[in-house]
Amino acid sequence: MTIDLRPARSGNPPAADVPPPRGGWRSRLARLDLRASPYLFVSPFFLVFLAFGVFPLGFTLWVSLHEWGLASGTRKWVGLDNFSYLLGDADFWHATVNTIGIFVLSTVPQLLLALALAAALDRKMRASTFFRIGMVAPMVTSTAAVAIVFTQLFDRDYGLTNWLIGLVGADPIDWQASRGWSWVAVATMVNWRWTGYNALIFLAAMQAIPRDLYEAAAIDGASRLRQFWQITVPMLRPTILFAVIVSTIGGLQLFTEPALFGVGSANRMDGGSLHQFQTITMYMFDNAFGEDRYGYAATVSWALFVMIIAFSLLNFLFVRRTGGAR
Amino acid sequence: MRTFRRKSTRPATPSAPSRSLAFGPTRGTRRAVAVVLAGLLTGGALTACGGGDDKGGGAGGGGPVELTVDIFGEFGYDELYKQFEASHPNVKIKQRKVSTLDDYKPRLQQWIATNSGAGDVVALEEGILPLYMQQPGKFVNLYDHGGRELQNSYLPWKWQMGVTPDGKQLVGLGTDIGPLAMCYRKDLFEKAGLPSKRDEVGKLWPTWDAFLDTGLKFRDKVPDTKWLDGPAALLRTTVLQNAGSGPGYSYFDKSNALVFETNPAVKSAFDTVLKFEQNKLTSGMQIFTPPWQTALKRDTFATLPCPSWMLGGIKEFAGDSGKGKWDVAPIPGGAGYWGGSWLAVPKQSKHPKEAAELAKFLTNPQGQVAAFKSKNTFPSSPQAQQDAAVSGSTDPYFGDAPTGKIFSQMAAQVKPVHLGPKNEDVRQVVENVLIAVGQGKVKPEEAWAKAVEEVKKTAR
Repeated sequence: MTIDLRPARSGNPPAADVPPPRGGWRSRLARLDLRASPYLFVSPFFLVFLAFGVFPLGFTLWVSLHEWGLASGTRKWVGLDNFSYLLGDADFWHATVNTIGIFVLSTVPQLLLALALAAALDRKMRASTFFRIGMVAPMVTSTAAVAIVFTQLFDRDYGLTNWLIGLVGADPIDWQASRGWSWVAVATMVNWRWTGYNALIFLAAMQAIPRDLYEAAAIDGASRLRQFWQITVPMLRPTILFAVIVSTIGGLQLFTEPALFGVGSANRMDGGSLHQFQTITMYMFDNAFGEDRYGYAATVSWALFVMIIAFSLLNFLFVRRTGGAR
Repeated sequence: MRTFRRKSTRPATPSAPSRSLAFGPTRGTRRAVAVVLAGLLTGGALTACGGGDDKGGGAGGGGPVELTVDIFGEFGYDELYKQFEASHPNVKIKQRKVSTLDDYKPRLQQWIATNSGAGDVVALEEGILPLYMQQPGKFVNLYDHGGRELQNSYLPWKWQMGVTPDGKQLVGLGTDIGPLAMCYRKDLFEKAGLPSKRDEVGKLWPTWDAFLDTGLKFRDKVPDTKWLDGPAALLRTTVLQNAGSGPGYSYFDKSNALVFETNPAVKSAFDTVLKFEQNKLTSGMQIFTPPWQTALKRDTFATLPCPSWMLGGIKEFAGDSGKGKWDVAPIPGGAGYWGGSWLAVPKQSKHPKEAAELAKFLTNPQGQVAAFKSKNTFPSSPQAQQDAAVSGSTDPYFGDAPTGKIFSQMAAQVKPVHLGPKNEDVRQVVENVLIAVGQGKVKPEEAWAKAVEEVKKTAR
């Protein structure tokens, strides 16, 4: 039996719904209270959202319709010119491919690993709290610190990774010069930082799965692995959906790791000599504050915004479809 | 046991598991809306960036004043700040330093554009100054603060570059110029069997071709060390040399039209650098970046084009381990300078009077002499250049090299080079193409075409 906490408007009509014969400012106030106060209660969020979400979006759109230079002070209306240039801008699409490449290299292994880790931690074990806290330790280190340490590990001349590769007898890798390897290096940083976080979320969801389902399956003779795929994963579907969407949003906005990885470029926003690991946000930043094209940078950020929505919807449909086809 | 406990803590809601499995169409659409909202919340919002830090200090008058000075690289002002604070007891000076110029540029741009966050005195490098000359209104007119009296203590062209084209506003006061020399590692030269005394070393390379040949000889003897740090420093040096001795401009002509493709001064400099990249004679680094700083402490490269201020960088990053190893010889390819800055006071400064006072103090001839003593930033003031402390100076770090003489002789020959507002952007992309050649990612024969393509995009 659940308790209905909503104000009873239908069913048993209270006095407020019946227009009082006269005077009635109190009842009118009461009615206003009933109608308006829910909106008042949720309004702080929407006010903040308006100030920090809608306004910047609108302003960015306004800027994107101009040739706008911060350093030169230029401000000229150009209509949709920036958008039409964007469609044919090879550098923008190059950055898009980089971003998606790094996103795939970081999200897919990360979520699979997180799932496996969560399943391992869901068992009964000694010092489980220690391990669970250990999972989130990378989260509390600053992104910049992570990026700086990993960039040293991936250093061309004096890096630990190349030293290890040298022990095996292979040639050292110029991590910043090769497009594929630079993606791997950046994705490694992202994975290191976020795998534990996702594992913890999966773990929390796993613990909410009723144990009797497993017991029943065990009685029916289902193996551990079968239980995992047939019970755990389907029950986690909403959580996986959440993790995928958050990773998509984060992945498409990747900035700090690749920017700090470009340690050898005098201009860190380059993302390598041929933009091997320049992400969309870096391209946007370089346009706004490097090449003094604030208007075009606004266009890029709008394109990124549309892309994030499209990708999130796509992922959402994909995860739902694969779940549904089970 | 565990299962039992779990069951007992869970309220009896038989519908709970089935509800989380149910995925009706209405839930789906609602979720889709939520996805869009989540996107809206976190989506690209350019305007959210920025935010400067709050500068303390009272408002004007005789109260305490805190002045912030923004610089990049090495300026050598620490002693001067103390002197200024001693003569102005109410002033406290804070310096913020960014190591590379290309990292400094976007910060400055945000500060100036948003009218907040900039220091009270900011350094404008020769590549950045033309950009801000387009909106001088963002800076205090130093003529209003007695700037004119300093005019005769500067090289005329250095002074003129700090004045708006209409001659009405003094935006920046010149600090240093960067007459060129070549730094080299004595110990590595000895290892390669090359002469290591600076007079003999200078005779090895009257031209860049001779410098290349010496590099090839060096490579055969010491294969683990590269000849040069990277193409970037070499490109800047050669472009400025060619432009100074030739047309007086490089990537942009004096009306700021892009002439990258047609200016022979640029093409010949590019071809010179390309030869070094083709022969794998550089380690592909850019000055003042962390890998470059590390490399200075090791035997990564043997030579480095050295404008006077570069000596300060070597001392800073090579530290004690580099002492006595580096020396200074003449540069191949004739006269030239690279770099040099101006100090300006942004209009947003709360203490323009004191800031202008400080800028004048740091850039007057005595200030320039003190900065030279500290970090080898070579004075742009003739009086300071003739000061015995500059012209007669030797540097114990560089084996008592007569740095004053070397740089004074060079400074007397340099001719000014006009730089366009987009000079830095163009320079960066050309450097990147040359680095990519060294990485084996761009074929040498395609490098020029690639550079032209990139430059056109950047300068559009």
